[in-house]
Amino acid sequence: MSLKIIKAGVLDTIQDLGRYGNQQLGINPGGAMDKFAMQTANALVGNDLSEAVIELHYPASVFLFSQPALIALSGADFSASINGEPVANLHVIAVNKNDALQFHRPVNGARAYLAVYGGFEIEKWLGSGSTNLKIKAGGFHGRGLKKSDEIPFKCSIDFSALLNKKEFRVLPWSADTCFPDDSKEVLVLPGNEWDRLTVTSKEMFSSTPFVVTKQSDRMGYRLGNNPLSSISTEELISSAVGFGTIQLLPDGKLIVLMADHQTTGGYPRIAHVITAHHSRLAQLKTGDGIWFRLTDQLAAEELLLQQDRHLLQLQNACTFRLQQYLQKHGY
Amino acid sequence: MKYPIIPYRIFPLGDSAITIDFGNVIDEDVNNSVFASYHQLQQHSLPGIIEFIPAYSSLTVCYDIVTVKKRVHNGKTVFESIKEWIEDKLHRQFSFDETVPAEITIPVCYAAEYAPDIEQLARTKGLSAEEVIEIHTSKSYKVYMLGFLPGFAYMGEVDVRIEMPRKQQPQNILPGSVGIAGKQTGIYPFASPGGWQIIGRTPLKLFDIDNENPALLQAGQTVQFYSISKNEFENY
Repeated sequence: MSLKIIKAGVLDTIQDLGRYGNQQLGINPGGAMDKFAMQTANALVGNDLSEAVIELHYPASVFLFSQPALIALSGADFSASINGEPVANLHVIAVNKNDALQFHRPVNGARAYLAVYGGFEIEKWLGSGSTNLKIKAGGFHGRGLKKSDEIPFKCSIDFSALLNKKEFRVLPWSADTCFPDDSKEVLVLPGNEWDRLTVTSKEMFSSTPFVVTKQSDRMGYRLGNNPLSSISTEELISSAVGFGTIQLLPDGKLIVLMADHQTTGGYPRIAHVITAHHSRLAQLKTGDGIWFRLTDQLAAEELLLQQDRHLLQLQNACTFRLQQYLQKHGY
Repeated sequence: MKYPIIPYRIFPLGDSAITIDFGNVIDEDVNNSVFASYHQLQQHSLPGIIEFIPAYSSLTVCYDIVTVKKRVHNGKTVFESIKEWIEDKLHRQFSFDETVPAEITIPVCYAAEYAPDIEQLARTKGLSAEEVIEIHTSKSYKVYMLGFLPGFAYMGEVDVRIEMPRKQQPQNILPGSVGIAGKQTGIYPFASPGGWQIIGRTPLKLFDIDNENPALLQAGQTVQFYSISKNEFENY
């Protein structure tokens, strides 16, 4: 039971919730850029929410299934099809042997996720299946997926009875889509060096859009903006940074750190995007505009707790529907 | 060893981490406080505390809001409850049995082809390349922290005669490169863009994913560099 890459995408990697407990060694957590979408895909196929999935960028790989399987897509809409027939995100799809899954154009978002029932059989490194491209560790041999790679599944259940000789079957329910939203506003908390910004720059930060430039990747997004001014140039001794940290570069431009960020840095941290809005960040493409709005600790925590409750409810509902469906079909 | 707690300031690093800042300095006593606090908090860790990031003069605690929230009921934010926990654990003297890792010697080839910036550094500082090598290998350095890249050790402090700021434009730096940035010296475990002044290269592997302890160097360790020839480097 596996899927095979018959055409490689630009950057498709195995990712999970990340690798924690090693930042004191300079090893960054990594993990899926859009952890909300990643967990949604897992919930749909009845997996543990932390199971490793494939993170896809456009143009994405073309996949061929070696055996019938249950899959789900989430996150960005890359106009997916199976054997040429369009299929939607946020559904459970029973695919058949030799079905080809491909993606035709980027409709919205920047990162899509593919989960399979039971998860992928991959070797973990330091407790996580996430691919660390920098040091070539974790995921599938520590690298992006290439043509002819075969990624085995953990589960060996034969799902052919669900297909009834059809090429594929979309199961009759879907996850709701109130999360994630496609809002381009992200809430931020002021960083320790927020007060280094001049009054005018503070105002500019919270009232003008910032554009994601093409110098943006899984490590961070460089933003195109009129330079912000700082009232202090005192050098900072390196200390911790995180996913969502917005740093002020010496030329007045901003960089937002993403999943593959370094563990420590020495640029002023003027703000931090709240965790609940990391998925909004993760779905931004080159050229997208983004607005920052200041919030407080309590609101940030409350939004994350809400997101967590939503995911748990989704997981319960999906698991229930899937179990019923599988039982009905003799599994 | 008993550690007096030096004054610190606590600030949020976003909504899921908190930084204890002992002052924006590179200083051995300050760094000892960072690691003493790290061990103290680690020993008394709580569910929901994910990990710690010790740096030169700060300690950052990463936590999971959802897990911590399960214990916080009095209308406080998770941030406030973590802050109180830290203040409680750090508010009196505590002992910290430091196990100082053994000193390690690191061979470095300072030959021009592995040291793209040594000539410029020597010229700027009115020295010869030989003198730069002599000064860089004349003392041992303390590893203050690992960060930036996996296994990247920030060490200090270099003799004032070879101190030199980072370059304005980052260059592509090869694995094993030994550099200077201000008072700091460090080794790049992986190829990376960087602004450090590269004065040599070590044949040692600084980070090995197949090792149980993948990083060669540890915070708190003492490092002594010694010079090897091009021939020794190539046949190491």
